[in-house]
Amino acid sequence: MTSAVARAAARARRPGARHAGGPRTLLLRWSPLVPATVLLLLFLVGPIGYCVLIAFTDTQLTGQESASFVGLANFRHAFGDPAFRNAVVLTLVFTVLSSLVGQNTLGLALAGLMRRASRPVRALTGAMVITAWVLPEIVAGFLLYTFFERRGTLNALLDQLHLPAQNWLFTLPIVAVSFANVWRGTAFSMLIYSAALAGIPQEVTESAEVDGAGGLRRLWHITLPMIRRSIGTNLMLNTLQTLSVFGLIWVMTRGGPGNRSQTLPVFMYDQAFLKSLIGYGTAVALLLLLVGALFSVVYLRLLREEV
Amino acid sequence: MRLPRHRHRLAADAGLLVVAVAFAVPLVWLVLASLDTEATLRVRLPTSPTLHNFSAVLTDEITFTPMLNSLLICGGATLLTVVCAALAAYPLSRFRSRLTRPYLLTVLFSTCLPVTAVMVPVYGLFVQVDLIDTRYGTALFLAAAQLPFAIWLMKNFMDGVPKVLEEAAWTDGASWPQTLLRVILPLMGPGVAVVAIYTFIMMWGNFFVPFMLLLSPEQLPASVSIFTFFGNYGAIAFGELAAFSILYSTPVVVLYILISGRLGGGFALGGAVKG
Repeated sequence: MTSAVARAAARARRPGARHAGGPRTLLLRWSPLVPATVLLLLFLVGPIGYCVLIAFTDTQLTGQESASFVGLANFRHAFGDPAFRNAVVLTLVFTVLSSLVGQNTLGLALAGLMRRASRPVRALTGAMVITAWVLPEIVAGFLLYTFFERRGTLNALLDQLHLPAQNWLFTLPIVAVSFANVWRGTAFSMLIYSAALAGIPQEVTESAEVDGAGGLRRLWHITLPMIRRSIGTNLMLNTLQTLSVFGLIWVMTRGGPGNRSQTLPVFMYDQAFLKSLIGYGTAVALLLLLVGALFSVVYLRLLREEV
Repeated sequence: MRLPRHRHRLAADAGLLVVAVAFAVPLVWLVLASLDTEATLRVRLPTSPTLHNFSAVLTDEITFTPMLNSLLICGGATLLTVVCAALAAYPLSRFRSRLTRPYLLTVLFSTCLPVTAVMVPVYGLFVQVDLIDTRYGTALFLAAAQLPFAIWLMKNFMDGVPKVLEEAAWTDGASWPQTLLRVILPLMGPGVAVVAIYTFIMMWGNFFVPFMLLLSPEQLPASVSIFTFFGNYGAIAFGELAAFSILYSTPVVVLYILISGRLGGGFALGGAVKG
């Protein structure tokens, strides 16, 4: 071991040994990046480029040859299309309800309560919330479907409490899928906030307590400001995650009834494949990508401040 | 001082228990329905619990073929992802260059992009290059989609391996593949395992990608076959569906438990949160 260190040191002292950067060495050094880069270029960057291309054509599923350049027609069509606007609104509702309000607040509340709760309760709650997160998307969707269905558990429970039952997936489909997303996604926020809260020095909380700050004041003036970066990160990642949810909604409602739970990914799928309008569907996909890219840039900014 | 603290704990326990029960209800349904041959959509105790549902779905058509397909697709894709990520992480972690930071930021950026949005053009592309309805094509795309995050995680784990040892290996005349394979990767074994398992879990649960890219029933992985099972049968046998859901979910739950200690509280997306 000592000799190894000594040899390494000796090597480092040799002039130019580590920093020799002839073009060949440089090429050799960075060659391990090649497989990953090729894979990413072929299957991720390529499709995104193709997406940009197709979005400006009238490509349909049948008869690829007939596709021609139509400029901004797809986008103009989108913004004038009530079904598209409906999807945008529903995506907003879904994101705000399930991610900004639901997952985020519940995750923070759980993380906070866990710091005070007894060990077995903490373990039990953690296990339940995390299991919901780990289950495959389709299984989660299927379980929540049985929960909200007319003959399902929720109505059975309401019946027991002598409350009126409802056909949730019919009357409030977007709310039902939002709840499903909260059920499925809260674990992530819980984990992030648990880590963030664990990072607050004990003394800070204690001195505030001594100064007589109540629970809510402590939360507002001390806890939240101290974990604001985690809040930013968490909101960003939750939003991006929620923006691309497809399977959960598809299993529970298929975007229906009508189009009352048709968020953008479902709308995109519907237009591109069920209605065979690949060009139009891709334009929608491109808009979705742009929104995602915008959020990602903000997210990277947030990170950069942190570093 | 003791009394309020005690009361605090009780309140916290009560609050958490309410949430735990709410989260547990669908899971309880899953377990009970799988043991109930006359399962309905609501939670109820089976009158005579049996494993009949499990034996009913343990056939080639329902369970073994889709699970084998899942294993082939996700296993192959995971292998590819881990190899590419380990290779890519090496120069990113070891050498400084003007290239490093932009590359890493690009990788992080693509980690955030909604993959769902790319599926329509990917479908179009796959039709043109004749990769549609092939398991390896699906695996290639899954690998690419999971790669940015895997590179990011892997790079952070690799940063934790001290440089001294590999410098010694270099002096002894080892080439970089030897150094990576014999010195660095063995030292970060648990990190590699976390990347591999996490990648596998994400792919195992992915529905949209194989749903779009695979067509023939005999090639479908469990995530899609369970959907057709659920969607196309006139009268759904909920008990059997629950039993199959359990069989399909077990591998990822077990794998998650294996890595949860390392991913756990400090997980915070491994390194995605830490620059």
